Amino acid sequence: MSDVISLNLQVWKQSSIDDPGSFEFYSVKDISIHISFLEMLDVVNENLQKEGKDPIAFDSDCREGICGTCGFVIDGVAHGPLAKTTVCQLHMRHFEDGQTLVIEPFRATPFKVVKDLVVDRGSFDIIIQAGGYVTVSTGNAPDANNILIAKDNAEDAFDSAACIGCGACVASCPNASAALFTSAKISHLSHLPQGKIEDDQRVKGMVEAMDDEGFGNCSNHAECEAVCPKGISISNIALMRRNLIKTIL
Amino acid sequence: MAGGSPEKEFVESVSKLDGRLPSGNLEDKWDKYKSSMKIVNPANKRKFNIIVVGTGLAGGSAAATLAELGYNVKSFCIQDTPRRAHSIAAQGGINAAKNYQNDGDSVHRLFIDTIKGGDYRAREENVHRLAEISTNIIDQCVAQGVPFARDYGGLLTNRSFGGSQVSRTFYARGQTGQQLLLGAYSSMMRQVAKQQIEMFPNREMLDVVTVNDRARGIVVRNLKTGELETHSGDAVLLCTGGFGNVYFLSTNGKASNASAAWRCHKKGAFMANPCFAQIHPTCIPTSGEYQSKLTLMSESLRNDGRVWVPKSKDDKRSPADIPESDRDNFLERMYPAYGNLVPRDVGSRAIKKMCDEGKGLDPTGRAVYLDFKSAIDRLGKKNISDKYGNLFDMYETITGDSPYSTPMKIYPAIHYIMGGLWVDYDLMSTVPGLFVLGEANFSDHGANRLGASALMQGLADGYFVIPNTLGNYLANTKLDPVSTTSEEFKEAKNDSKEKTEELLNIKGSSTVLEIHRELGGVMWDLVGMARTKESLQEALDKIPKIKDKFWNDLYLPGESNTLNKNLEQAGRLADFLELGELMALDAMNREESCGAHFREEYQTEEGEPLRNDDKYAYVSAWEYNENNIPILHKENLDYKFVKMTQRNYK
Repeated sequence: MSDVISLNLQVWKQSSIDDPGSFEFYSVKDISIHISFLEMLDVVNENLQKEGKDPIAFDSDCREGICGTCGFVIDGVAHGPLAKTTVCQLHMRHFEDGQTLVIEPFRATPFKVVKDLVVDRGSFDIIIQAGGYVTVSTGNAPDANNILIAKDNAEDAFDSAACIGCGACVASCPNASAALFTSAKISHLSHLPQGKIEDDQRVKGMVEAMDDEGFGNCSNHAECEAVCPKGISISNIALMRRNLIKTIL
Repeated sequence: MAGGSPEKEFVESVSKLDGRLPSGNLEDKWDKYKSSMKIVNPANKRKFNIIVVGTGLAGGSAAATLAELGYNVKSFCIQDTPRRAHSIAAQGGINAAKNYQNDGDSVHRLFIDTIKGGDYRAREENVHRLAEISTNIIDQCVAQGVPFARDYGGLLTNRSFGGSQVSRTFYARGQTGQQLLLGAYSSMMRQVAKQQIEMFPNREMLDVVTVNDRARGIVVRNLKTGELETHSGDAVLLCTGGFGNVYFLSTNGKASNASAAWRCHKKGAFMANPCFAQIHPTCIPTSGEYQSKLTLMSESLRNDGRVWVPKSKDDKRSPADIPESDRDNFLERMYPAYGNLVPRDVGSRAIKKMCDEGKGLDPTGRAVYLDFKSAIDRLGKKNISDKYGNLFDMYETITGDSPYSTPMKIYPAIHYIMGGLWVDYDLMSTVPGLFVLGEANFSDHGANRLGASALMQGLADGYFVIPNTLGNYLANTKLDPVSTTSEEFKEAKNDSKEKTEELLNIKGSSTVLEIHRELGGVMWDLVGMARTKESLQEALDKIPKIKDKFWNDLYLPGESNTLNKNLEQAGRLADFLELGELMALDAMNREESCGAHFREEYQTEEGEPLRNDDKYAYVSAWEYNENNIPILHKENLDYKFVKMTQRNYK
């Protein structure tokens, strides 16, 4: 197998929030299969600049799959074809020579496209502000070992806390629901004694904020779980619903 | 002397810098400070506006805590949300002297380990305070809901890290930085909801604004719209991280940069020990020209991984076919007491030595094995997966190899900068009212930082130090009202605008990436893991040429009034070029080896760094000068409590 491939890219270009946007075509050659998808776009952008053309705007920061900055849709799948992988960790060895790829931003009403593949996910912060925390100010804390947490609970809490807030769940949901994101935080804190105390206010506040921001409802498509780079389970959504129903009963 | 250029000039200041350290017994200094400092009464706190730049562990914890106290906080971050600051990528853990393991740990031991790990180039007072505070941090983070690893009885568990003989590192799988940051972020979000913090994401700081010589505001660029904004306040807290990206390839995030710090430097903040750059021994080796960053494999892996190369450099068998007798577990051989857990600088140099001897692995010759086979045999795959699962997965994703079945390949990479803006005991820079926290300051790690201590320092500064020292400053200082309509703000904004336009108007043919890569190559080869007078002179000769190329031949696409990633990167590169030169100058001036600063001319017979405490037991703090002739100020490190000795990890 050759170590370089050629690709045909069909990339969403949109100059600003107000621009309707459209696809542009790029023919890309001599891409090393050892580089990441974002490094491939770096190469494309270098070449575009050399030709005096506008580079493709995309977001990234850590490039190790933990910051949640990067993310777009490749051939209809958020973060591309590899499960549990952000685009920064997706390497070109997973693509075929001559393949055509359609690349577009995460789309949802609350996620406005800022430019090309860059979207605004500020509404996630607003959901967290509505209760995604433990009410504790610095200096109030008891000795750390005074709060006993069963290993299984700590592990379950961690599984939910691993969410990187990238927004792939929203982009892949037919309803543009933020239920997986919201429930992951609710579930993380609900598994811990120090977080459980505020379960009721938290679930009510966060679900309301999610609705207010314009995210749709969850109707159990489970597309979110399928694309989540951190493997966050939809069982979190079930827990969120249980907690919500408990506040009514 | 390479290139025949004259040696880079600098002048030395006659007066000594004063860290304003409290007097008395080392153990009592911080308590004494807190009991004698002035405080702002609760009703008055709301009259103060505090600007916090950066939302990593230092900035996030500072913004949250100051808001909880009642200050009005304006928080700025370069990412689209504060939760993405690069602290998030820290993997292994956070140190604290809890002694939960009953293995003899104490505040004193953590203090000694940190001082020794820093090769006696940190301030005793700051380090002791850090060790004292360490235990409060764990309490605070647990209360916030950080899911640290636990044992079956529900108690917290620990792992070991380099440079220590006790087990004091708290961890949340291999994502400790992420979980700690999300803890600070959630506390911030609580204060945003209470309107105690006003949040400004997608902002890059371009300048600090001084009024009557005090820091009173900042100029930022809105990265989404390109608009320049000015913001005023009573103090500015710079929590903008480190500048490892001056090397182009590092483990830092793509947005990590020196610009906020460097522009403060140009406004009078001294830059301390800029040549102390940490090289982390265990990163995934480089694979090719288009590589954009290096990925760290946490130091915690050295708890269970053994570092080795084939004994013979001609041994090209696959690792599974090389028997134990033909392997050189060189860290265990060279440093029997600490083995694979030697400090980072020691480990990195040992790896480099093996590769320089030709024993490095194919295809580049710049890699060694980190092998988990014996740990998997001893503890079982499940156990290893629980501890390091996400790191193993990450390695496999990037390289295509599974560390469960074949050893990892690793090589050192730039990871952390111990140097940074000079601060006094209060964390205030030489610009009054400008405080510097976390990796952006120089204060606690000396010439080399121990693993799991960066998270500790960032959170110590933000949660527990600055809430005290900032109050002391505000209570002791008469601050006149300022407005962003004043001349000082208009002028600063105009300067930033002109600088931005200047970059766009060069209209040459080299891209930012090309020039940055060129600078990075020079920095890594000549101001990297091992330095000599000749290499540094060569760097000082080459960097100005790259700088000329940048200012004469840069090509930037697009405009300033829109999202423009290349423009952002160009502004940062302009500062890296100036900073890189100062790093080389600082390394040239320091004619000794200490910690991560290894001058080949100064080593022991065994190849260990050879300090010169008579001449160089000082912090070098550089003052910017318009004529590009920096002024060197020295703060003597007058050790009163610890005896400086040769580090020995054998």
